[in-house]
Amino acid sequence: MIEARLHLPRDGFTLELDLQLPGRGVTALFGPSGCGKTTVLRALAGLERAAGRVALDGEPWQDDACGLFVPTHHRAIGYVIQEAALFPHLDVRANLAYARRRAGDTRVALEPVIELLGIGALMARRTETLSGGERQRVAIARALAAGPRLLLMDEPLAALDAARKAELLPYLERLQRELALPIVYVSHAIDEVARLAHHLVLMEHGRVVATGALAEVMARLDLPTAHGEGAGVVLDAVLAERDAQWQLVRLQVGADFSLWARDPGHAPGHALRVRLLARDLSLAREPQRGTSIGNQLQGVVESIADDEHAALALVRVRVGASPVVARLTRRSAHALQLAPGVAVWVQVKTVALMA
Amino acid sequence: MTADDWSAVRLTAQLAALTTLLLLVVGTPIGWWLARTRSRAKPLVAALVAMPIVLPPTVMGFYLLLLMGPQGPVGQLTQALGLGRLPFSFAGLVVASVLYSMPFVVQPLQQAFEAIPERTLEAAATLRAGPWDRFFSVVLPLARPGFLTASVLGFAHTVGEFGVVLMIGGNIPDKTRVLSVAIYGHVEALEFEAAHRLAAGMVVFALVVLVTLYLLGRRTGRAAQAAR
Repeated sequence: MIEARLHLPRDGFTLELDLQLPGRGVTALFGPSGCGKTTVLRALAGLERAAGRVALDGEPWQDDACGLFVPTHHRAIGYVIQEAALFPHLDVRANLAYARRRAGDTRVALEPVIELLGIGALMARRTETLSGGERQRVAIARALAAGPRLLLMDEPLAALDAARKAELLPYLERLQRELALPIVYVSHAIDEVARLAHHLVLMEHGRVVATGALAEVMARLDLPTAHGEGAGVVLDAVLAERDAQWQLVRLQVGADFSLWARDPGHAPGHALRVRLLARDLSLAREPQRGTSIGNQLQGVVESIADDEHAALALVRVRVGASPVVARLTRRSAHALQLAPGVAVWVQVKTVALMA
Repeated sequence: MTADDWSAVRLTAQLAALTTLLLLVVGTPIGWWLARTRSRAKPLVAALVAMPIVLPPTVMGFYLLLLMGPQGPVGQLTQALGLGRLPFSFAGLVVASVLYSMPFVVQPLQQAFEAIPERTLEAAATLRAGPWDRFFSVVLPLARPGFLTASVLGFAHTVGEFGVVLMIGGNIPDKTRVLSVAIYGHVEALEFEAAHRLAAGMVVFALVVLVTLYLLGRRTGRAAQAAR
């Protein structure tokens, strides 16, 4: 478990939070630029001196109550930033060796790390000859070579163009799948968060607005994440069956419903993450016939909230054990006489598969 | 060349080498502090370090003479410590040269340190490198061209000093008569040919120094770019 109780006055706002983050999986610190999320990460790393307490698995790294502050170089962290910050006077191999030599007792085997990030062919390269994506992969490998107990990532994709982002994301997904290493991931891009995170901390003006499991927080209508194009829920699913004729797969979500989606090429039993965007869902009072939409789910309206634009409403519907969110016009919501407790059919236009 | 001339050459080389060495030791922490500090005292310290660039050497020499003289605070200190008096001694020349050549060593070092991004040092810290480790494994290699420039400039500038030497060192053969003073002496005595031999040597020396510097400068530029 990661504990962080921090207080730090900044220009324009005061960072003030008390967080308990899970000691496994990916925790995303999400919020607009300048909300203090990077400061939190730097305080965890010991690069920023906020007042308060920081601890990993009960081992305090900072405790102002007893005057304890463990300097950065004595904290078992890996730290990856937007600019990668590779050592320009060392080639890729020497950059990794730099970290490994200083890892102390935790002798890290480099081969799996090199394989995991696919940098085997880059080992003899000088760092300035690497592309942005390659640089970032080397930076991650270097952080892992130091044998961290906690990986801190500050917008590792922000400096990359869309193509490079798409190239790097699968590596990040492999990272969180294959390593039993807690990751704290700072981002202002909801797409990255939806793809990678298990736990979400929503920040604004130096404070925590909401914290919890990703699926839960994303399904809340009272938070900023409910608005905008990226609004929607994230569900964990298992590939249950493949339909070879139509190149589709049936994804089992929880015990009670399934979704049809394009075949991603995985074998049955493969765990997947599915994203249902609010703008891709529509609601009906009756099951629809003669429609092209292949996924219709029966559910019950839980709550209705206003969206950013006055014409739109967000409707949260419970399907089995999972909440989903649909964006409708308020006129439609009115015409369907939607209210909490009303049974509806959810029509899913697009199922976005992630990993 | 006469034995006196060779003695002047040897003395100058010794003075410049010792001064450069001392300045690298003293100048590194000063340059580092100037590059990284957010202290309000920074402009004052930077100005003090840069003073010899602007000040006439005779003015500096004059005040050093007063300070190190028998009545001056530094002079009284050295006498109390049993070190004797500094003026008109080689040790006095070294002290004066260190002060006089300070900016030519500190400023290139400061610039080299400033070119190292904070995040590169922070990355080293997150990879378990302590402060000294960071200095030797990151700062030193990245600032190496800066150290070379500082050494060359510090050495060359010390070789060329005249006014300060004359004020506090005088013209004592084998002790304080360095090249520039020897040349002046030859000219005074109308020994133009002897003056030529030394002066032409200095011209060649200066040319070699500058070519070296510009070669280094090209490399520094590239290294600084790569660090960004």
